[in-house]
Amino acid sequence: MSSSTPLLAVDELSVVFGGRGSDEVRAVDGVSFTLEEGRVTGLVGESGCGKSVTSLALMGLLPERGVKVGGSAVMRLPEGPVDLLKLSQRKMRDLRGSRLAMIFQDPLSSLNPVVPIGRQVTEILKRHRGMRGSAAEKEAAELLNRVGIPDPNRRLREYPHQLSGGMRQRALIAMAVACRPRVMIADEPTTALDVTIQAQILELLKDLVTEEGTALLMITHDLGVVAGLCDDINVLYAGRAVEKAPRAPLFADPTHPYTVGLLGSIPRLDAPRGEPLTPIRGSINDNIAWAKGCAFAPRCDHYTLECLQGPPALAAVGTAAGVEGRERSDTAGAGGAEHVHRCVNPIGHADVLDRPSLEGPALVGEDEEAQG
Amino acid sequence: MPTTPSSQNRSETQDAPEHTDATDERTPLLGRKAAKIDRLAELMGRREESDHGAGVWRTALARMRRSPMAITGAVLVAIFLIVALFSPLIAPYSPTAQTWGAEVFPNRNVFVGPRAENWLGLDNLGRDQFSRMVIGARQTLLVGVVATLVGFGVGALLGGTAGAAAVLGGYWGRQVDNVVMRVIDMMLALPTLLLAVTIAALVGPSLTTVMLAVGVAQVPIFARLLRGAMLSQGSRDYVLAARALGVRKHKIALAHILPNSLGPVIVQSTLTLATAIIDAAALSYLGLGNPDPAFPEWGTMLADAQRFLSSAPQLAVYPALAIIVTALGFTLLGEAMREALDPKLRK
Amino acid sequence: MLRFIVRRLLQLIPTLGGLSILLFVWLQRLPGGPEYALLPDDATAEQRAQLRRSFGLEEPLTVQYLAFLRRIVQGDLGTSLMTSRPVTEEFMTRFPATFELAVTAMLIAVAVGVPLGYLAARKRGSALDFAAVGGSLLGICTPVFFLAFILKVVFAERLGLFPSAFRLSPGMSRTDLSGFVVLDGIRTGEFDVVWDALLHLALPGVALASIPLAVIVRMTRASVLEVLGEDYVRTANAKGLRPGTVRTRHVMRNALLPVVTAVGLLTGSLFAGAVLTESVFAFPGIGSFIYAATQTRDYPVLTGFILLIATLYVFINLLVDISYSLLDPRVRAQ
Repeated sequence: MSSSTPLLAVDELSVVFGGRGSDEVRAVDGVSFTLEEGRVTGLVGESGCGKSVTSLALMGLLPERGVKVGGSAVMRLPEGPVDLLKLSQRKMRDLRGSRLAMIFQDPLSSLNPVVPIGRQVTEILKRHRGMRGSAAEKEAAELLNRVGIPDPNRRLREYPHQLSGGMRQRALIAMAVACRPRVMIADEPTTALDVTIQAQILELLKDLVTEEGTALLMITHDLGVVAGLCDDINVLYAGRAVEKAPRAPLFADPTHPYTVGLLGSIPRLDAPRGEPLTPIRGSINDNIAWAKGCAFAPRCDHYTLECLQGPPALAAVGTAAGVEGRERSDTAGAGGAEHVHRCVNPIGHADVLDRPSLEGPALVGEDEEAQG
Repeated sequence: MPTTPSSQNRSETQDAPEHTDATDERTPLLGRKAAKIDRLAELMGRREESDHGAGVWRTALARMRRSPMAITGAVLVAIFLIVALFSPLIAPYSPTAQTWGAEVFPNRNVFVGPRAENWLGLDNLGRDQFSRMVIGARQTLLVGVVATLVGFGVGALLGGTAGAAAVLGGYWGRQVDNVVMRVIDMMLALPTLLLAVTIAALVGPSLTTVMLAVGVAQVPIFARLLRGAMLSQGSRDYVLAARALGVRKHKIALAHILPNSLGPVIVQSTLTLATAIIDAAALSYLGLGNPDPAFPEWGTMLADAQRFLSSAPQLAVYPALAIIVTALGFTLLGEAMREALDPKLRK
Repeated sequence: MLRFIVRRLLQLIPTLGGLSILLFVWLQRLPGGPEYALLPDDATAEQRAQLRRSFGLEEPLTVQYLAFLRRIVQGDLGTSLMTSRPVTEEFMTRFPATFELAVTAMLIAVAVGVPLGYLAARKRGSALDFAAVGGSLLGICTPVFFLAFILKVVFAERLGLFPSAFRLSPGMSRTDLSGFVVLDGIRTGEFDVVWDALLHLALPGVALASIPLAVIVRMTRASVLEVLGEDYVRTANAKGLRPGTVRTRHVMRNALLPVVTAVGLLTGSLFAGAVLTESVFAFPGIGSFIYAATQTRDYPVLTGFILLIATLYVFINLLVDISYSLLDPRVRAQ
């Protein structure tokens, strides 16, 4: 088994909801990325861009009815590679919790309120590691201790409502790492937590990745989390990756207007006082179908008629992407460490420094004033 | 649509890929700008009608119009209402005249079934069953509506007082709420139909008794419902905002909290109409209904017909079916309303 | 846990006290009062005054209430006008029959309703779901006494599958230990009695179960639907647990909590239903006695039975609350 093949290779994953009666919704529309051992891959985007659906599709947790999943997600296992999307429910259940685990956003609602923490930890040990009775309990206490929960033996007998928010998320992480999974998916693991607790949880996740060599798929809208944790980053918009790059180039040299907009939406300490943020207009609902053009165009300050004449393809940075099907170059789907984007009209580095402002000359004037 | 300098960048100089409905590429710049905005509008324009701003009731109504449950319920209720309101015009004969008395002999098991002049046959005294059913609809409606109004009125008063006091009354308000709710809890502990039976038995059988008894039994349900809804509304931010702005307390209660809390109560009224009709039938069966034969009522008719169930089952089946179908109509309508108003089920 | 129970018991005192006041005011002060209920319509004013005095109705209300309360506490609820026996005694002799009937009905309702509601939720939108929801709505809308009559005519009189009246077949001899026919039969080993009693319980049990069954089906369905959408069920699935474990430990454990409360609240309607069902099947329990009392306006029986049933109801719901708190740790914490 060569280490050059990725641990999990997701290729052209698509998830379509709907069918009977209502319109079809393409929640995920051809997303490709790879997970490597000991690396953190980020899926970034606003809520509704399809990042959570991607994770649920990989875990096989989407409802069976009314959902069509396409593409492939090949995971390298000791017994040979398997496509997670094609596995039977029964096989998938064996993998879930043991080989791939997931950490959810809201720790309180993600824990069963009427079952003690201990039971919720030991049940996964019983299921996948065949542990019983006191051995399972001892291991559960060990796990809680490992994720930094003090006095684990007492906590095992307590119920979720008796724990603090950070403690609950730690307990959920303990359940996720219980079987030393190769792949771990964390869906907004820190969103529901206090800022100080967020940092602790991220630190814990980072440690687990380095110590165990787990591949972590980090799903978040928080660019701060991305900057601190992720090695490779995929920016998603309306179900498709619009830009993917390793951390450094993405932050230093973003090319897709959406990525630029995301970065422009966070306040920066080093920016001059009074300089306005540059938010992205509208919401994720103001989009058009990818088949007709760039979904981001309605919110984009840079769109041209070319943006509206068919789906833009992923292309390596430096070349503008043409319309899909025509210039489907070798860069698309290859993933890896390259910097690729999906934009026929990308922003050059110089433009980023310009920080395109939202609207009208008044703001520009203010901008100049502040800088002056 | 703002245009920043960078929009005239290199890609515009490249050849735009051909597209079937692409605008002419040789149009001047100004025309191209208009064209791209038009194109955007065209691609986005397919959902101008969103739910934004539509009231809770309007969206609920829109949802109900698509629900087969609501439509079935509404149709059944509408038929019932029409029959009940226009019963004297619809009924072909007097419901009390024993016109065909010579043709029916219950003690010899001689009954007359449906025939051309009597659509549903004759009852045990030779009266036209169809006319009695039609006139009975009116009595049933009367019992249902009055009982529901009694339950709604008293219950809403108690529950509304308790709710308003608890939300806005401070310490003493909570005490008032406590006392009222304790009383309501006690009323809830009294089995409703038994209470109705007792009241009817002690006061003597009459239509008023039935209506009052059935209505009183519904009081605690309405009271709890309204209070609960008001409490949950009272903790919303808009109430806090109104208080912060110095709006008078009784105005907040009447103009803000109450209208927003009425949804579940109105739903319950629809469901209570069904319960009231069934409970009234039960009281009639126990011999506590309206003893006046001039006003046939489905419950009484059903109770009377039980004696002939083995020889003339149709006499019981007609009023029973009428009660079931009417109650079902109100229940379906109420349930559909509840589902349409439930924020949890919206999506 | 013990403190929780003690606290709940203490909370009962004002409820029961208030209940007695409510009943006292409600029934003692009804229009006309007992002298109209008890005496024939043509009774003289002399006779009415006599009766009012004998009931203590001429004394101040507080004195009357205290006397009323004292009698209640001593277990004296008056004497039945029909049988001339103490009301409490009448209640106790008839209670076992109604208890067995109510338990049968509740068992049927839970045993059928919970699985049906669960399946309807799992197969939402299917024919089964449609049938379960439609059937339960129909069940709620069908007058209990009519259903009882239909069952009696079809299954007892036409088909002869079940007996149509009473608790036991005439001539069936049994050893009476407690009045609970089924329990006594099991204890003494008279299984022919047990079988006979169960046959007699079947039809009234089904009729009485109709409303609780309908409520439980709908409640379970709604509750399961809600729990299936909860994050912790997703977590349980993400752990790769077996479907059985997810179903019992994570879905049903939570979904049945509101159903437990509903079962408690439904006991109230069960007693009312018993009046109708028992009178149709001539089942010698509390219900048929209340029916008889309404026909003869047996004032002390009606008052006393209502008070006893309300007290019973309050205690049943206390038990339900306690079992609820055992099932839901969040309640205990409050």
